[in-house]
Amino acid sequence: MDITTQKNTATPPPAPQPTEAERKRAARGATRPGDRIFLGLSRGSGILLLAIMAAIAGFLTYRAVLAISKDEGNFLTTFEWNTGTQPPVFGIAVLAYGTVISSIIAMVIAVPISVAIALFLTHYAPRRLSGPIAYVIDLLAAVPSIVYGLWGALILVPQMEGLFGWLDDYFGWTGIFDWQGGPARSMLTVGILLAIMILPIITNVSREVFRQVPQMHEEAALALGATRWEVIRMAVLPFGRSGVISASMLGLGRALGETMAVATVLSPDFLIHASLLDPGGGTFAQNIASKFGEADTFGRDALIASGLVLFVITLLVNGAARMIIARRKEYSGANA
Amino acid sequence: MAKRIDVSGLSAYYGSFRAIEDISMTVEPRSVTAFIGPSGCGKSTFLRTLNRMHEVTPGGRVEGKVMLDDENLYAAGIDPVSVRREVGMVFQRPNPFPTMSVYDNVAAGLKLLGSYKKSQLDDIVEKSLRGANLWNEVKDRLNKPGSGLSGGQQQRLCIARAIAVEPNVLLMDEPCSALDPISTLAIEDLIGELKERFTIVIVTHNMQQAARVSDRTAFFNLAAVGQPGKLIEIDDTERIFSNPSVQATEDYISGRFG
Repeated sequence: MDITTQKNTATPPPAPQPTEAERKRAARGATRPGDRIFLGLSRGSGILLLAIMAAIAGFLTYRAVLAISKDEGNFLTTFEWNTGTQPPVFGIAVLAYGTVISSIIAMVIAVPISVAIALFLTHYAPRRLSGPIAYVIDLLAAVPSIVYGLWGALILVPQMEGLFGWLDDYFGWTGIFDWQGGPARSMLTVGILLAIMILPIITNVSREVFRQVPQMHEEAALALGATRWEVIRMAVLPFGRSGVISASMLGLGRALGETMAVATVLSPDFLIHASLLDPGGGTFAQNIASKFGEADTFGRDALIASGLVLFVITLLVNGAARMIIARRKEYSGANA
Repeated sequence: MAKRIDVSGLSAYYGSFRAIEDISMTVEPRSVTAFIGPSGCGKSTFLRTLNRMHEVTPGGRVEGKVMLDDENLYAAGIDPVSVRREVGMVFQRPNPFPTMSVYDNVAAGLKLLGSYKKSQLDDIVEKSLRGANLWNEVKDRLNKPGSGLSGGQQQRLCIARAIAVEPNVLLMDEPCSALDPISTLAIEDLIGELKERFTIVIVTHNMQQAARVSDRTAFFNLAAVGQPGKLIEIDDTERIFSNPSVQATEDYISGRFG
């Protein structure tokens, strides 16, 4: 039998054409009951998440607009928070500055130290040592923020005075380290406390990332005659770069939104201080926490408006981080 | 440039397990020596002792002597890092740095050695890529990521990276086992060219490949699983594949076991 006849006899009768809906469902792999149920569940969860986000955003925006429309000051630039007066005058300038500056201080301190700890744990420490250290770092992450706040207010603040004096002596001329001798309840102390609080999360995520660097990339560097530090520079850090950025963003998210620790340590006012050592200033979360209890409905709406700004800042920061990661995506190692 | 390797009484351990036992052999400069043998016989382990990569593995330990011309690689005071700059290595799976461009991959080893002028770097990168028969394929995409190349191109990129630092010896650990036949052929041709300049040692599972590319062939075997691997014999490739002096070698190459 030659091939053509074999082909002809083997041709099945034309199957009934599937409808559009059937083909779509088949393409998603959801033709059997189990698949269809799972598809429904997972799609439902996705939609639910979007709905909740939309509801929160809608609620915040509605209440914020109520408050801002009655604000007699400029909501973005006013150095005041008087919601109970007639007319109400309030603005977020001080809060935005304080939130951003304390988070920057925290990141500048915490990211290098965290990356160094993570590298030590994955590439230098003997296994006997790295286990216990990692455990202690996990414990740090589990301490409630109010405990950090109490420790900060009772122990860190008095201890900081020595550092403040030293900074004032040598770097006072810069202006930002000028110290008038008040209690150390300032942005720098807050930044240092936040750094300690975000250190565990950045360390842990970075450690996981560094641990996943493929052995073959490290061996490639070793075989070229790289020292241990050069292996880290050539293979480990570039591979872990996007992971470290993500880790830092998790930490930054916590620093931006940290409430109790800041409220306990900072002595707030509504001024922007040029010096990081001057007590005063405030952050969004700290301001909400300290004012919410005694605020009337309008005051609460105003606080919600400030919360909305924090939300926007967090979104912007995350978007920027994603852009940094995406810009070098083809070099990420994901396609190796 | 190309140097002679003289191994005597070499054993390698993983913790307390002895992986290879008492190996002695000489590898001539400007020649290709192939290591063949069944899986687990320690040929890759032995290869990795020749550039002190074995001790990177946790528990890895070596006894014995490896002379590179008149320098013992395992003498006290010898820095393994400087050994690896002299003895280059190509791995089983192509492993270009995924975060670097083609150019930076080739220049990676040079940047470890010191600072070069941009024009010097350009010259060496081009020369190395030409040496690895890759220049024509990548000259227009030097700044694209190295991981975007095909598997065979990536392996030749790794060879270019290894020869860019002008090592004395080039070790290849099954360099073609992850590649298709066409790419394998390209690498084998390349090995034939590279042996003019380097001492080459290649581990391969493919006996035809050993017969095609090598001047000398070493056969490794182990008595049983859990026993250390041993060098059974080393001889001219032609002789190993026609008339080996040990029965086990003949059994292996004729396909009676392994």
